[in-house]
Amino acid sequence: MSTVVKADPVGPAGSARPLSERRPLGDRGFQVLTLACGLLVLVILVLIAVSTTQQSTSWFSAEGLKIFTNNWNPAANQFGALAFIYGTIITAIIALVIAVPVSLGVALLLTEVVPYRWARPIVTVIDLLAVVPSVVWGLWGILVFAPWIQHIYASIGSGVNGIPVLGSLFGPPTSGASFFTAGIILAFMITPIVTSLSREVIATVPAIDKEGAYALGATRLEMIRGAVWPHSQGGVVGAVLLGLGRAMGETIAVALVIGSSPVITSHLFAPGYNMPAVIANQFGEASGEFRAALMGIGVLLFVFTIIINVIARWIVERSARRKRGA
Amino acid sequence: MAIVAEPQQPDLREPAGWRRTSNRIATWLMVLAFVLVIIPLGFVLFTVIAKGVSIISWSFLTSGPIPPIVLPASVGGLGPAVLGTIEITALATVLAVPLGILGAVYLNEYGGKGPLARLIGFMADVMTGVPSIIMGLFIFAIWVLHFGYSGLAGALALGCLMLPVVIRSTDEMLKLVPDPLREASYALGATKARVTVTVVLPAAIGGIVSGALLAVARAAGETAPLIFTILGGTSVANTNVFKGANTALPLQIFSNATQPYTGAQARAWGAALALIAIAFILMIAARLVTARFTRYSR
Repeated sequence: MSTVVKADPVGPAGSARPLSERRPLGDRGFQVLTLACGLLVLVILVLIAVSTTQQSTSWFSAEGLKIFTNNWNPAANQFGALAFIYGTIITAIIALVIAVPVSLGVALLLTEVVPYRWARPIVTVIDLLAVVPSVVWGLWGILVFAPWIQHIYASIGSGVNGIPVLGSLFGPPTSGASFFTAGIILAFMITPIVTSLSREVIATVPAIDKEGAYALGATRLEMIRGAVWPHSQGGVVGAVLLGLGRAMGETIAVALVIGSSPVITSHLFAPGYNMPAVIANQFGEASGEFRAALMGIGVLLFVFTIIINVIARWIVERSARRKRGA
Repeated sequence: MAIVAEPQQPDLREPAGWRRTSNRIATWLMVLAFVLVIIPLGFVLFTVIAKGVSIISWSFLTSGPIPPIVLPASVGGLGPAVLGTIEITALATVLAVPLGILGAVYLNEYGGKGPLARLIGFMADVMTGVPSIIMGLFIFAIWVLHFGYSGLAGALALGCLMLPVVIRSTDEMLKLVPDPLREASYALGATKARVTVTVVLPAAIGGIVSGALLAVARAAGETAPLIFTILGGTSVANTNVFKGANTALPLQIFSNATQPYTGAQARAWGAALALIAIAFILMIAARLVTARFTRYSR
């Protein structure tokens, strides 16, 4: 790592030994200790991949590509996980559709509209939203929110029943615990992270660009479209992807409100299932290949979220670096 | 030749028509977005407080054993779950915070802009996005299968969740410590380890502590990793954090939430209020530490 500079042989005798050799043992020991702690991150990530894959090999080898079929029947030793993958994607998409406009709106409100002294309390509210535990969202979702929204689902469902596209999306059967309820709860949970990351990105837009837009007579909306958006769109996409990763991995709240029914259906108001929820709900009674299958679903989830997070962090970092360079 | 153009008066008023209307609409939509954030938050906090206050009491938080789900709310308390949450979160903090701080010291003081430090920093960011349930499965596979369920296994899983968060927040704080401070101590002949421990870390201690408190606040409410590591289902207090199944407040809420019995549901609301109170107290403590002890900030 460090380059040792050779002392000049004709120099004074006292300085012949390079400084780096005189570092006491404790000093070098401390460096090694910190390096070990840093490497711990990489070690844990590798161990997660290895240990969970090892526990699920029997599922992957027994089912092969049949893991991507819609056939989940533990009693008959059939473990096709497609319904859970489908549910994960659907709930995450619903969450993003709701959370992204709201988060962008709040981020723009914080950076471009309100004065600094109003921004603090708004940030506090967003932080409060972030510390409400997942299980509390789930408890509220299943005991308060689902029974309340059930009636709204039912009336929407009967209203659109029979209409071609809307009917198959929002028509009956409807239930309080459903894909859509899970998506709404997930939207509440990912709003803080998408908001705070978008806000960081938007805050890096140079003031001179914004002032230039105003000087040309732009309204605030035109300034946002012309100066803020081109600068921050990359970072915002990264923030949205991070929100997607969170939405796919959130477990307990979804496990309580999704309805626990492993089906593939276009009806968003119908009960469904997703990957983390099935692991959390069924792991207790699982053993043998059942447990291996649940572990394997965990491996798939790990791979999905790692890929999304790597892409998202890469985008965020790249746009942040470009801003610093500019 | 002698035509003098009438000087045009620039129109400085707010633009009229659609441009003005669309700008107004956009501003109102932003305010609406914030209102849409407040409504669910207010709704959840109101419900938890309203339903939790009627059951929560000192004896509810300290007495045990946890009564069976069919019994009404007036019987017994969640003492064992409170104890389990405190044991496991404290142990996770003891495991993860020192390691995280040392890891951040490597990133900022030793690794610098080298490829290894950049990789570790990047992967720490990625690791914050690993779902908590995966950490539970991971500890189940490498620990529980060999040594059985215990509070320690739960603490390991929560520690894995906290580690990257602590690394990242500490790293941010160390970056803010000005270099002249380090150079002044080097000039006095101090070694790098001594400079780090006695000058750099104390200079950033406010931010480091508040970041760690926020990480603890998040970890205390985690449920998914605990299902696979401490099992839950025990009704008596387990004071031995290293051995035997344990229970915690989030697990009690999770198992009681789907029960039809009003007593079980009431206990879940009480536990939810306790859990939110713990998280908010830690968050306020983090703010106070930041306000009181932060020397360098952005």
